[in-house]
Amino acid sequence: MSLGTGREVAYLVAAICFILAMKGLSSPKRARAGNLLGAAGMIVAIAITFTTPGIHNLWAIALGMVVGVAIGVPAARLVKMTAMPQMVAAFNGVGGAAAALVSIMHFSFSPVSLSTLATYQVFEVIFGVVVGSISFTGSIIAFSKLQEIMPGRPITYPAQQPVNAVVALGIVGCILAVLVDPSKLVMLVVLILALLFGVAFTLPVGGADAPVLISLLNSFTGLAVAATGFTLHSNVLIVAGTLVGASGMLLTRMMSQAMGRSIPNILFSAFGSVVTSSGATEKEGRSVKSGTADDIGVLLAYSNKVAIVPGYGLAVAQAQHVARELAETLQKRGIDVFYAIHPVAGRMPGHMNVLLAEANVPYDELKEMDSANSEMSTVDVALVVGANDVVNPAAKNSPGSPIYGMPIIEVSQAKAVIFLKRSMRPGFAGIDNDLLYDEKTTMLFGDAKDSLSKLVSAVAAA
Amino acid sequence: MNSGILQFITVFVLAAFVGYEVISKVPSILHTPLMSGTNAVHGIILLGAILTCGVSHGPLQITLGIIVVILATLNVVGGFVVTDRMLEMFKARPNVQREKSDTQTKEAS
Repeated sequence: MSLGTGREVAYLVAAICFILAMKGLSSPKRARAGNLLGAAGMIVAIAITFTTPGIHNLWAIALGMVVGVAIGVPAARLVKMTAMPQMVAAFNGVGGAAAALVSIMHFSFSPVSLSTLATYQVFEVIFGVVVGSISFTGSIIAFSKLQEIMPGRPITYPAQQPVNAVVALGIVGCILAVLVDPSKLVMLVVLILALLFGVAFTLPVGGADAPVLISLLNSFTGLAVAATGFTLHSNVLIVAGTLVGASGMLLTRMMSQAMGRSIPNILFSAFGSVVTSSGATEKEGRSVKSGTADDIGVLLAYSNKVAIVPGYGLAVAQAQHVARELAETLQKRGIDVFYAIHPVAGRMPGHMNVLLAEANVPYDELKEMDSANSEMSTVDVALVVGANDVVNPAAKNSPGSPIYGMPIIEVSQAKAVIFLKRSMRPGFAGIDNDLLYDEKTTMLFGDAKDSLSKLVSAVAAA
Repeated sequence: MNSGILQFITVFVLAAFVGYEVISKVPSILHTPLMSGTNAVHGIILLGAILTCGVSHGPLQITLGIIVVILATLNVVGGFVVTDRMLEMFKARPNVQREKSDTQTKEAS
């Protein structure tokens, strides 16, 4: 077996590792092993690449890798779990930038004359440049929104969609021009337009929708990588890039379905920019019932079944450990406790599961929305911690509401509802919640962590 | 269009179907690790970065080559490390089997 064949076999092994890695992620038990297998496949693929004939500048490659590891490992290890979504956005953005740069360098520094390239070869390059660049600047915007460097609300300006459409048409026009006559000048124009478009189409997406956006951009980077695979004649790049491209599209669709909205609606409707304040003012006269931690502690201590509905407020207050403590205190009294997890609770689908897992909550206590809802009528107390939009009945009852159609955790089915909230301020989507004024609802105002620890001692004393 | 590009298109189409199928059975609790894990997989662009940097000549090209290797390395290591950190927390209780049957009987009752 020649070295060339051996290299191709190693790439095949790496591609199989990537597929198995994704397969492993379909079960919590095998997920970690799956991820490690993916990393192993990556190491094999990278190592064998150094045997490619004609590879020089080993010092430069080594320098780049050392710098990358020196920055990447600490950044990934030190990031807080609540900041995970923007970290994924950042790592996705650098991947998109790398794919675009590989394509650009191939186009600009290729020893063969550009005019000798076949049309499809030019298309591969330009596709990698355009999609990689959009992913790069789009990820920067998504990162800035989640990191709150930029305001999270949708940023709109007059004639936004027509302007974006013109930029998109400009990109398509330039691509066609490059395909007819490969010119470096037009290539530069298309690069600038693509970078611009990445910013322009992400600005009107609200911070609450940023996860869907990141998933879409993740898929874009995959496609850009696949395009560089065509350019560099590398099967493993095509396989890995396409796997991510296809799965990312599916994941994006699943996420938007969880929000009860279509992908175009999320991207183009500037959702949440119009706060439904008219509804809020007309309800100002209504009263809310607020209780003391001791009252609520007694209520909890003498119930049979408790559902904890965590939201982002729990995460920001770093209250996941206290929440587990409360659950354990209740369980010691023989009370059945489960966590009802909305698919988009937190800032990303599954984000809440990660945060609770960090607090050592066993995953078999986490119930997904559908199974939680089917049990909700048997629940005595639903304890909503720092969540709002994901339990808002407006999603079911008021067709005019921006969140109408989004599936929710139906806590109103429970016999009593407790909201732990800082204030009456509406949630991330800026929509008032009728459930707060319901007669079976009791409010406990304050920081989620403080409130939960008060409840722990109240239950223990009851 | 030669047979080489057709072979790559074949690989592309098959990989697209595999990517779609393999992901369609992931429970929503694993969506965030999945997004992060697939994010790490497209770090394979490091391979393209190495090939590109490896054939560069002159200070400008080599500088760009180093930058592209840095970016791609960040994608790879960041992606896998973040995913691993998320997943190492998905621990079942040591006696998960018993506990599971416990909750099941409770649910049944």
